[in-house]
Amino acid sequence: MLAHTKGKTKSRLVRTFSEHWQMLIMALPGVALMFMFSYMPMFGTVIAFKRYKVKQGIFGSAWMKPLFRNFEILFRKNSQAIVAIRNTLFLNFLFIVVGVAFAVFLALMFNEINNRLYKRVTQSLSFLPYFISTVVVGIFATSLMGYESGTINSVISSLGGEKINFYARPGMWPVIMLIVNIWKGAGYSSVVYLAAITGIDASYYEAARIDGATRRDEIRYITLPLLLPTIIVMTLLAIGKIMNADFGLFYNVTADNPNLYPTTDVLDTYIYRTLRQTGDMGISSAVGLFQSTCSLILVLVSNAVARRIDENSALF
Amino acid sequence: MAEATRYRRRRFRINGWQMFACLFTGLFALVCLYPFLLVISGSFTPKDESIRYGFRLIPHGFTTASYQALFVNGRTIINGYKVTVFVTVVGTALSLGVNSMLGWALSRKVMPARKFFNFYVLFTMLFSGGMVPWYIVCVNYLHLKDTIFALLFPSMVSAWNIFLLRNYFTSVPEEMYESARIDGARDFRIYWNIYLPLSTPVLATVTLFTALGYWNDWWLGLMLIDKSELHPLQLLLRNIISNIQYLQTMEQNPEIQRMMASIPGDGVKMALVIITTGPIILLYPFLQRYFVKGIMVGAVKG
Repeated sequence: MLAHTKGKTKSRLVRTFSEHWQMLIMALPGVALMFMFSYMPMFGTVIAFKRYKVKQGIFGSAWMKPLFRNFEILFRKNSQAIVAIRNTLFLNFLFIVVGVAFAVFLALMFNEINNRLYKRVTQSLSFLPYFISTVVVGIFATSLMGYESGTINSVISSLGGEKINFYARPGMWPVIMLIVNIWKGAGYSSVVYLAAITGIDASYYEAARIDGATRRDEIRYITLPLLLPTIIVMTLLAIGKIMNADFGLFYNVTADNPNLYPTTDVLDTYIYRTLRQTGDMGISSAVGLFQSTCSLILVLVSNAVARRIDENSALF
Repeated sequence: MAEATRYRRRRFRINGWQMFACLFTGLFALVCLYPFLLVISGSFTPKDESIRYGFRLIPHGFTTASYQALFVNGRTIINGYKVTVFVTVVGTALSLGVNSMLGWALSRKVMPARKFFNFYVLFTMLFSGGMVPWYIVCVNYLHLKDTIFALLFPSMVSAWNIFLLRNYFTSVPEEMYESARIDGARDFRIYWNIYLPLSTPVLATVTLFTALGYWNDWWLGLMLIDKSELHPLQLLLRNIISNIQYLQTMEQNPEIQRMMASIPGDGVKMALVIITTGPIILLYPFLQRYFVKGIMVGAVKG
């Protein structure tokens, strides 16, 4: 009896393979590339617990004694890492709150415009910055804020004011990075909200109009409440990524200027620096593992919450 | 009837609120455009003028010296162009093939171990080993350092694109697949002859985002390429900036000061920006409707 069923399932398996081997081969390149560039580095995180030597390789290197030594050094003695964690959380929090508010507002404004051509042109221009590499964004930043010939400083000095050396004043940079971030991303993320607004049933507005609602009432009592699930979900998904900073943006816009590290050094730039400059693989991968683990937990939690709010908009 | 005219009047009368909306979006659009215009004008501004007046929207004076300076060592730029174009074309084609094949396989109910592979792809979105192990794997295990493959393969698969494609393929009626199987077609043929032609909108979107990613990439070059013949355009740009910065930090040195006077500095950077970003800007008006579509599709679900 048992042998009989076993034979049957086996033959079904063989049949599936003989019929669908092409499917498996088609999946193979993608699966292999993912293994190389995502899964192998995941196994590689063990070097956070090791004294990594290039010659001995990831698995051949000796374990740290005690095992969590790298993490201990990191959190006990390394104030730079703590600064980087703090900056990452603070700046991303700022980006999420202001960025979401701005994108929603922008979407509401786009929605008000009746002239289709005007709407199309302004909208196209608003997400143009999204398609530019961060290296170019960095050059935009210096041509505006450079000390010698930046536009802002030349305007200031032509008005008789004192020039501002932006790249020597870390205190201004959270705001500068916020502006750059909104400039680069608001047009793009407003599209999501605009799509949600367009999807709102027109009969709500008709009913409100009959009741004598003004346009502003409509926004306040219909559009915004109906947009709220989208806003919450987008915010949650962003919170899931709060430990990850946009490396390119920070590295290029601040021009990797050491003067600005106190307020703009984020985890990604810190890890890069320890990797390329000090070459301490153990410490820098310990920071990386800390970051990835926090991210994993945050993504799982925020996704679970997002699913409870709106089943369709959860990431998975 | 009365309702209809009232409705029409509402629509066509521009009130204060709509004026504000027009102004606000117009202003934001201009702010988005401004740096581009500034860089175009800056690339034509003579160096001494830019130091005296700063960069302005309408340049004081006009010169093509920055562009000429770029083409003094034009070999580097042309070589950078070659690398970038090669990586963009080949990388995008391969990436599209790899992602759509895996996405298609995942969209089939009969796919063996489908659940496992779905999770396998999803998990790469949730957890990453981080930069350091990735670097070690690429350099010491896959030996990608200073090869053209370093610019192609590490960013080739994208879980996001795979799911985007999978969802689109799933929305094609299952009968298509079943009837083709009954007619004796094999899987690859069904994917190639039936599913791909039906999916041009999503393929266009994925192609554009992938191509843009390859074109704008400097990160892979920064991490894995030291050999200057393999530097893509964006990395050349990045290097020029850091070289100028490096010289600026040593300005006390008289030797360096003499060198500083001879390099055109900001103007050249801007000219290079125009050269590297120009193709995107020129193609942008034609391609942006796909981008918008892509954002919408991507926004719905990953």
